[in-house]
Amino acid sequence: MIPLVGWHPHETWDWLTSSPLFGLTLTLAAYALGRWAHRRTGNPVLQPVLVAVVVIGGVLLLTDVSYDDYLRGGSFVGFWLGPATVALALPLHHEWHLVRRAAMPLLTGIVAGALVSICSAVLVTRVTGGSRLLQLTMAPKAATTPVSIALSDQVGGIPELTAVLTIVAGITGAVAGPWLLDLLRVRDPRARGLALGAASHGIGTSRALQESRVEGAFSALSMALSALATSVLVPVVLLVL
Amino acid sequence: MSDLPVLKGVLVLLACQLVGELVVRLFGLDVPGPVVGMVVFLVVLRVRRPRPSSGLVRGPSLLLRHLQLLFVPAGVGVIDYLDVARDHALPLAAGLWLSWALGLAATGGVVAGLLRLRDRSGR
Repeated sequence: MIPLVGWHPHETWDWLTSSPLFGLTLTLAAYALGRWAHRRTGNPVLQPVLVAVVVIGGVLLLTDVSYDDYLRGGSFVGFWLGPATVALALPLHHEWHLVRRAAMPLLTGIVAGALVSICSAVLVTRVTGGSRLLQLTMAPKAATTPVSIALSDQVGGIPELTAVLTIVAGITGAVAGPWLLDLLRVRDPRARGLALGAASHGIGTSRALQESRVEGAFSALSMALSALATSVLVPVVLLVL
Repeated sequence: MSDLPVLKGVLVLLACQLVGELVVRLFGLDVPGPVVGMVVFLVVLRVRRPRPSSGLVRGPSLLLRHLQLLFVPAGVGVIDYLDVARDHALPLAAGLWLSWALGLAATGGVVAGLLRLRDRSGR
């Protein structure tokens, strides 16, 4: 007689970890946890993206599930980064009157910021003993992920590592950016937004949006223009440095 | 309120990105497609001037409220580089964080300074 019910833990586990359902559920659950922790404590260090990355990273390491398996589900979420980048035109549209009036200071600041970012990334990595490969990988890290990855590939860095460095630069901005700007006595919301977008792209922009709509709009604009400036400047700077 | 406008808004975002991606490829531009899509969407918004209840506002607002969620999968990629991070901890940490702080300070400082200068001379 064939038993009606069996016990298949291994098969079930193999199915679970290779199913998109795993990565997708884990991503949304960890993010929900991060939002809850952020709301509950009001602690700016507990940015939802940081909490979610730590929780998911921990789960994957503990359960020995590979990043590629996780991405089967995770990539469904990552896909929306493109449309969300397009959506950043909305705060820009709302604050357009302010943006137009600040055009010159804004462009000067973004070019200066991109130059300082790229040069210091290469030089500091070199002085502290990083190989040329690491310097090339570090150079484009301030630009938003799709740009930094493409640039890293173009100049001969490690694109996957650049992606991680870019995200960490973003999380750093969301966690510590406003604090550093307070310390430097940069209080104008336009300047704060531009700085966050330039150094910490979309993740910095999400923090700027938490502070005010004006700051968010300037951060969104800064992210887009810094991506352009970085694309142009990285190959040039690397010729010299 | 119906959710149909939100759907319409998201559809417009996808369409703008698609236009951006196609333009970038057609003309061989070194700019990411979504950034061109953002410019396209900005033009749409400037021309249409949608009301707050419109899908053109509600769709994008929904995505922007959860912007951090969208970076999570890429961020988890860090687990594949824990060994590299351990072996090259100093150059990676110093290069990343010092340069991050300098970039932030340079942009914020230059812009704040220029805005203050202009406001003063404009008065």
